[in-house]
Amino acid sequence: MTGKEYRTITDVKGPLVFLNKTEPVAFGEIVTLRLSNGEIKNGQVLDTSDDLVIVQVFEGTAKIDREAGVTFMGDVFKLPVSTDLVGRILDGAGRPRDGGPEIVADEKADIIGAAINPYSRQSPHDFIQTGISAIDCCTTLVRGQKLPIFSASGLPHNDIALQIARQAKLKDSDEEFIVVFCAMGITAEEYNFFRSDLERTGALENAVLFVNLADDPAVERIITPRLALTAAEYLAFEKDYHVLVIYTDMTNYCDALRQIGAAREEVPGRRGYPGYMYTDLAMLYERAGIVKGKKGSITQFPILTMPGDDITHPIPDLSGYITEGQIVISRELHQQGIYPPINVLPSLSRLMGSCIGEKTTRDDHKKVSDQMYAAYAQGRELRGLVAIVGEDALNERDKQLLDFSGVFEDKFLRQSRDEDRTIEETLNLCWELMASIDTKYLVRLDEELISKYHPENRK
Amino acid sequence: MSNEGVIYRISGPVVTATGMNAAMYDVVRVGHEGLMGEVIELHGDKAVIQVYEDTSGIRPGEPVLNTEETLSVALGPGLLTQIYDGIQRPLATLEEVMGVFITRGVDADAFDMEKVWTFEPTAAKGDEVVSGQVIGHVQETETIVHKIMVPPGKGGVVKSIESGDFNVTQTVCVLEDGTELQMMQKWPVRTPRPFTQKYAPDTPLVTGMRILDFLFPLAKGGAAGIPGPFGSGKTVTQQSLAKYSDAQLVVYIGCGERGNEMTEVLDEFPHLIDPNTGKPLMNRTVMIANTSNMPVAAREASVYTGITIAEYFRDMGYDVALMADSTSRWAEAMREISSRLEEMPGEEGYPAYLSSRIAEFYERAGRVETLNGDDGSVTVIGAVSPPGGDISEPVSQGTLRIVKVFWGLDAGLARQRHFPAINWLNSYSLYPQSLDQWFRDNIAQDFPEIRTQISGLLQVEAELQEIVQLVGSDALPVDQQLTLEVARMIREFFLQQNGFDPVDAYCDIKLQYEMAKAILSFQDAAKAAMADGALLNDVVNVPARSNLMRGRFEQGYIDRIAAMVKEMNEQIANAVEAN
Repeated sequence: MTGKEYRTITDVKGPLVFLNKTEPVAFGEIVTLRLSNGEIKNGQVLDTSDDLVIVQVFEGTAKIDREAGVTFMGDVFKLPVSTDLVGRILDGAGRPRDGGPEIVADEKADIIGAAINPYSRQSPHDFIQTGISAIDCCTTLVRGQKLPIFSASGLPHNDIALQIARQAKLKDSDEEFIVVFCAMGITAEEYNFFRSDLERTGALENAVLFVNLADDPAVERIITPRLALTAAEYLAFEKDYHVLVIYTDMTNYCDALRQIGAAREEVPGRRGYPGYMYTDLAMLYERAGIVKGKKGSITQFPILTMPGDDITHPIPDLSGYITEGQIVISRELHQQGIYPPINVLPSLSRLMGSCIGEKTTRDDHKKVSDQMYAAYAQGRELRGLVAIVGEDALNERDKQLLDFSGVFEDKFLRQSRDEDRTIEETLNLCWELMASIDTKYLVRLDEELISKYHPENRK
Repeated sequence: MSNEGVIYRISGPVVTATGMNAAMYDVVRVGHEGLMGEVIELHGDKAVIQVYEDTSGIRPGEPVLNTEETLSVALGPGLLTQIYDGIQRPLATLEEVMGVFITRGVDADAFDMEKVWTFEPTAAKGDEVVSGQVIGHVQETETIVHKIMVPPGKGGVVKSIESGDFNVTQTVCVLEDGTELQMMQKWPVRTPRPFTQKYAPDTPLVTGMRILDFLFPLAKGGAAGIPGPFGSGKTVTQQSLAKYSDAQLVVYIGCGERGNEMTEVLDEFPHLIDPNTGKPLMNRTVMIANTSNMPVAAREASVYTGITIAEYFRDMGYDVALMADSTSRWAEAMREISSRLEEMPGEEGYPAYLSSRIAEFYERAGRVETLNGDDGSVTVIGAVSPPGGDISEPVSQGTLRIVKVFWGLDAGLARQRHFPAINWLNSYSLYPQSLDQWFRDNIAQDFPEIRTQISGLLQVEAELQEIVQLVGSDALPVDQQLTLEVARMIREFFLQQNGFDPVDAYCDIKLQYEMAKAILSFQDAAKAAMADGALLNDVVNVPARSNLMRGRFEQGYIDRIAAMVKEMNEQIANAVEAN
């Protein structure tokens, strides 16, 4: 249904267009604007009343004047979905970007997405092996989880995300993930990097890309992740695929949110971000999971760059309260030349407990992970002490722990960009490295495990 | 005068309607789909409505129907074991009606209106009954007797009373003035249920968590706040409290939190056994799950829904514990709606009435004499999620001003994998004074003194640690080194508790006392031995001490601990001779 065209624009401000004297317009309705030069822009209704309608224009408001014609499309924003999406590259508003044909829709899905009934969810419990030791051992990823990468400018989060996308699989299974990749405000260079890597490894055939680049309209970024997640939901819950959603960079998304809030003269919350940012982010992140009676799943890997490396900044802070853990990238490790520079100490996987152990990974996983973590944490702490009192002041135990922290970074964390370690390899490596510490100091491991796995006993 | 109006404006969850005869907090049905909403502001003929469901696609001009009732919950047999959203719709019913995704415009009864319960009258024809008086019993679950009460504001002489099987809407009692009473009653969520008077709390809510019960006890009828940054274990602590605290009923509100986490609770609770009754934990539990992506207005309502249910059971004479995880999300819901109303903000964009709303909520906790002369309590434990873990923000501060117990979670402790990550230096409880008599009478005469010694040692340790940071522990005199060892034992053996270990997760309060005594006993024995020339290292490393410490993971520890302490002390005494 296409209604009549209105020429009643009163104000244009930032990304917003205000108009009056319209038919009753639905909240969230899609809008087309026809400019006097013939250009077409799209928008969405943010506020509607008998007197005034506020439209948010995705492509920016450049060249819009009071003569522009506004048509209300009679429906909320929907994405045409079908399995044809797989292998395609779309722009931030869901239009083909790869020169291919329009998507032939099986159905049209509302991009806001309804909340999953918590009662209908199924607890995630399938271990995903990423082949990266730091993640598999210490912050284990579970199918259906949302685990963001907290990074900062100049760090190799993209490489890590791609490595995960390439290597992620269920243990002892060759079931593959469909990757839904959502770019928000990243540079063309970064995009090309992602794209060529996906092409090189053949993963592009099993991927859907939604791309909004840094020079694309900022407002469009508000819908890009919603499109990506709508596609993901369709593929997961209608077509039984296991979907891995990578979106980068959430910081750009939040900045776009702030931009619209400011244009609407909303009361800002912390650092100018809107007060509803928590809810808004939750409506994206919470679209991960597994539901009863459906075969597919959605696992999310949002990437965000912490402004000023500050983990208490509202974006990482609110994300951390919603997501099920976080993987923190460390500048310090990166500068030491270690890849992947994952700092396991502030990293966390909240769902780890449900997917590790004898039946899924190995009986020693939990305790080995605790011990590795504890020993590394103590070793790192000792570095501070050594800086003051010197290494000679340490006792035997502390010396071993200090040395271990170095080995941990050099041998355990460090791996090459295409090194895919199985969980057994990772755990065996842990034992090998921990063997440099006297058994009596390995208090988190019990006798049984030591006799079963300690290298001395396995010889 | 009409009670149907039309929509004038829609802005997210806030809808304005005109032409409707509305009063504040009236519940309305918005649009053709009949979305549920509540009037929150009036401007002349315009009524501002917060809508509990998504408003996309709704247009100006659609009808708004005023039900002329305030937002209420249904109270009666069938509440227990239910899992609700923020406005008391059972999630299981929603799943049946609309599948796994929550769509809108669906109404669902709070519980099965047709289910038949056996009503046993406790009042008789000719009895004079007053508001709140119990007129009959229903065995709702194995462990809980649901007492049917005269709703507040009603009363009179019983004309007739039934006995036998009825559903909750059938009349079971008629009063002389013609008032018909059913097993179900309704109560507006924003109004506290009445009681006769509030008592000072004098009984602890035993949680089985050593650091809480022993150092920072909470009273039945008290209020506690748990602030902490993400990843510090708020949710795990709240869940442990829901599982193990010795309240007779538990209302658990998942307010604006993670879906998967809520699912874990929903999966786990039905399989858990209540350590106090030996029966399934769900039998005494009502859950409210309004996750972060469910409508924000319903999140705002969820804490009121929860506490009204808690008060209802309190009125039957039960001790009820309510966990709200997290009150920050509730406050954010208020902020979000306030900003849509374009209200003048207070601190950090929160509405100026934030702290009074928080205070009003926590004030609904308390130990009371109920209208029927019984004694009941509601204990409120609210998690707070301060941005960046900084508790100088408005929600934490508003909470701390009103609660008497502060359990401060600490990211540093969580990073060291010290759980529960409650900081023993900045946490506090103002209840020991009123509870000490209970501890003396029921656990041990010297309980408060032992507590003082333990917390004193932790204070001393904190001071010593500052020196150790500078010069290393070897530079301290041996007696202070011993103090550090004792404090370490308090931290590792006593304060740390494994919530996932089947035995250690719940620690009986008598055992807590014995464990604290064991630590002090170690200190005394070690001091004596060292005065006689034993070396610190030998004293610390006696095998019986590590046995003692490891013993807490095994069943029957309470029976063995005395013998283990004795053995430790003997070995320590022998350390003198060895030297």
